[in-house]
Amino acid sequence: MKTIRIAAALAVALALAAPAHAGKRDNTLRIAGNQVPESLDAYFNNVRLGVIIAHHIWDQLIYRDPKSNEYKPLLATAWKWVDQKTLEIDLRKGVRFHNGEAFDADDVVYTLNYVSNPANKAVTQQNVNWIEKAEKVDAHKVRILLRKPFPAALEYLAGPIPIYPNEYYAKAGPKGMSEKPVGTGPYRVSEHQPGRLVRFERNKDYFKDSPRPQPAIEKIELRLIPDQNTQAAELMAKGLDWIFNVPPDQAKQLRSVRDLTVVAGESMRVVWLTMATREGSPAPVLKDIRVRKAIAHAINREAMLKTVVGESARVIHTLCFPQQFGCTDEGAPRYPYDPARAKALLAEAGHPNGFEIDLYAYRERQQTEAMIGYLRAVGIRANLRYMQYAAMRDALREGKAGFAHQTWGSFSVNDVSAMMPVFFKFQADDVTRDEKVRELLDAGDTSVNPNVRRSAYKHALTRMAEQAYVAPLYSLPVYYAHAKELDFRPYADEIPRFWEARWK
Amino acid sequence: MLAFALKRGLLALLVALTVSLVCFFLVHLSTDIAVAMAGEGARAEDIEFIRKQYGFDRPLAVQYAEWLGRAARGEFGDSLYFRTPVAAIVWQRLPVTLTLGAYAILIALGLSIPLGVLAAMRPNSWLDRLALTIAVVGQAMPSFWFALLLMLLFGVTLGWLPISGSDTQAHFVLPAIALAYFAAPAIMRLTRSGMLEVLASDYIRTARAKGLRPMAVLFKHALRNAVIPVVALAAVQLGFMLGGSVVIETVFALNGLGYLAWEAILHNDFPVVQAIVLLIALIYIVLTFLADLANGWLDPRIRMG
Repeated sequence: MKTIRIAAALAVALALAAPAHAGKRDNTLRIAGNQVPESLDAYFNNVRLGVIIAHHIWDQLIYRDPKSNEYKPLLATAWKWVDQKTLEIDLRKGVRFHNGEAFDADDVVYTLNYVSNPANKAVTQQNVNWIEKAEKVDAHKVRILLRKPFPAALEYLAGPIPIYPNEYYAKAGPKGMSEKPVGTGPYRVSEHQPGRLVRFERNKDYFKDSPRPQPAIEKIELRLIPDQNTQAAELMAKGLDWIFNVPPDQAKQLRSVRDLTVVAGESMRVVWLTMATREGSPAPVLKDIRVRKAIAHAINREAMLKTVVGESARVIHTLCFPQQFGCTDEGAPRYPYDPARAKALLAEAGHPNGFEIDLYAYRERQQTEAMIGYLRAVGIRANLRYMQYAAMRDALREGKAGFAHQTWGSFSVNDVSAMMPVFFKFQADDVTRDEKVRELLDAGDTSVNPNVRRSAYKHALTRMAEQAYVAPLYSLPVYYAHAKELDFRPYADEIPRFWEARWK
Repeated sequence: MLAFALKRGLLALLVALTVSLVCFFLVHLSTDIAVAMAGEGARAEDIEFIRKQYGFDRPLAVQYAEWLGRAARGEFGDSLYFRTPVAAIVWQRLPVTLTLGAYAILIALGLSIPLGVLAAMRPNSWLDRLALTIAVVGQAMPSFWFALLLMLLFGVTLGWLPISGSDTQAHFVLPAIALAYFAAPAIMRLTRSGMLEVLASDYIRTARAKGLRPMAVLFKHALRNAVIPVVALAAVQLGFMLGGSVVIETVFALNGLGYLAWEAILHNDFPVVQAIVLLIALIYIVLTFLADLANGWLDPRIRMG
């Protein structure tokens, strides 16, 4: 009797045993994300995972080579500015959508006109609201008319603007596109269980002239696993092959696991200290440029990178991500770590014993705490006010907060126009309101001449640094953990390119 | 018995109405729903348009009456985030939560009643101490932590059980244990104290004096009486498991009602939040109502009082 019981228990244990190891053997890449996109339609979600999925299902008109940052033809073969507000685009022939529909000018015109019409309620308005309309010139040529000059247009056409099949989209709409997405991209969706799972299959007919390499991995299975620890456990148990946004402390532990590789990639997200100087700032002490400079001198950025921020990040001296078009720190004054100089500046400003101030923050609390330590060392007693992003943003906008540990990811757009205008063009988030900076940004934001733009942004960045309006700190790293046998390379725009990935 | 059932039923209905009222007003007072729906960067006119379109400009009492009327017909509107009917999403997620809750309550009862009885049979023995230790650890350990330990042992190290998801019945084993272990101690302690009380009573002494077998005394005479308060507690615990499994569902990536509730709160998806709160309140009410009836049936003194 006893033997039978043990045998039964063993049988149950075997029957319940975890599924076979994932990965190389069945040429299926198993990955996880922690946030469900509300829709797979790229224009009807604004979460990171949605952006990643979109890049695999659809093609854009233009491809930005992530290695060289050069624009290359994708669904377009050539493009030219007819004037400041008109872009003419030649389209590729012989491309087919996953459902067999042929790609032509009608698809581009329908997609752009549909998503840029506010009545259709695309949630990514900031990505499409520069488009006035698209017109068909002939079967393989279109013209895009802009609402106003928008030099970053090419960057957007290469990023968050995928092209949909007009006939299918007209019939299926955003809801149908989410349930059963159809694109021209390197992967097609074979199964979608909303909020749980998306299965992708290699698009065997992916067009050969694409600047994106033909995908090597046959299938991708994306599962929603909200908890980061569970993702790590699945990765260790080989139920997953790849996870991202791994917290630095967990990355350290995963590094010691055999069969796993942990890579740190730089991200476009940059970190700085906001110092409100506009009328009604709740921290009037920040209006004194010497105090702002003292704060900039007080923080040891290099040491913070080594201890709390992590590898693959870099120190920045101006308020932008170094790889973005228009970003430079040339000619801008720098404020190296110099506590003695900081103390002298404070004394000069009439604060020989420092002062007390509230410091607002919403993420990477450890980093805020390190900053508080550095500030204290020069006499500035910062009280931490830690909260959700929306609450902090509203406090800054309403003039209730004046000093904040801020970050911005630019929506992965490789152009400073996705960042500087937000904080320096008298919009809700501008707590400085400098007319001169605004003029320079206007010049940069509206010219299609790259040299004019570069020069305008450079002057704006220099002026911001001279006035020490913000204390730029560093970029943030993103950690990825994956099976050792996976050949994977991260990029700063935080879009994993699985069409490039291979099994070793 | 019928009058008792009617009285309890009426009370349950009133509780359901109160819960829906409180939930409706809390959601509407906690945030400006039109602003939340319009999203970031919306213009004032967009917000006004939404306010009119959805009727948020009318008095709250009118809005509540309308919502209640539709809810009574099972219409909960569309989810603001997923853009699909709320009822469909909730029905789709319900089976996972029900399966998890059923397994968990079975495990909890299967563990706690025998342990409670054993502890009561030998009070202050090592067995009692062991049961107490299990109870204290179960109550003190955060469920997400226990869940991770289970995952590491049975999923990563031994590789016996799947770690996350809800594809097969095996996927429910670890989450059900984690959920049950948190609920078990209360049931166990109640069983123990009830048994101790009953075992010290006169009729048990009489039963023993009559020479009945110890097992018959224990299970036929003592346990049936000691278990009465446990029924009510188990009903509440099951309600907790169905409604309060947010953490366990999140940790094990089980796409149930608890996780849906969390997502809905995160995205200001108030139609979903309201529907879930009402559904869980109803489940609680039905369970306690059934427990009341069961107790009334088990113990005539309750329905007389």
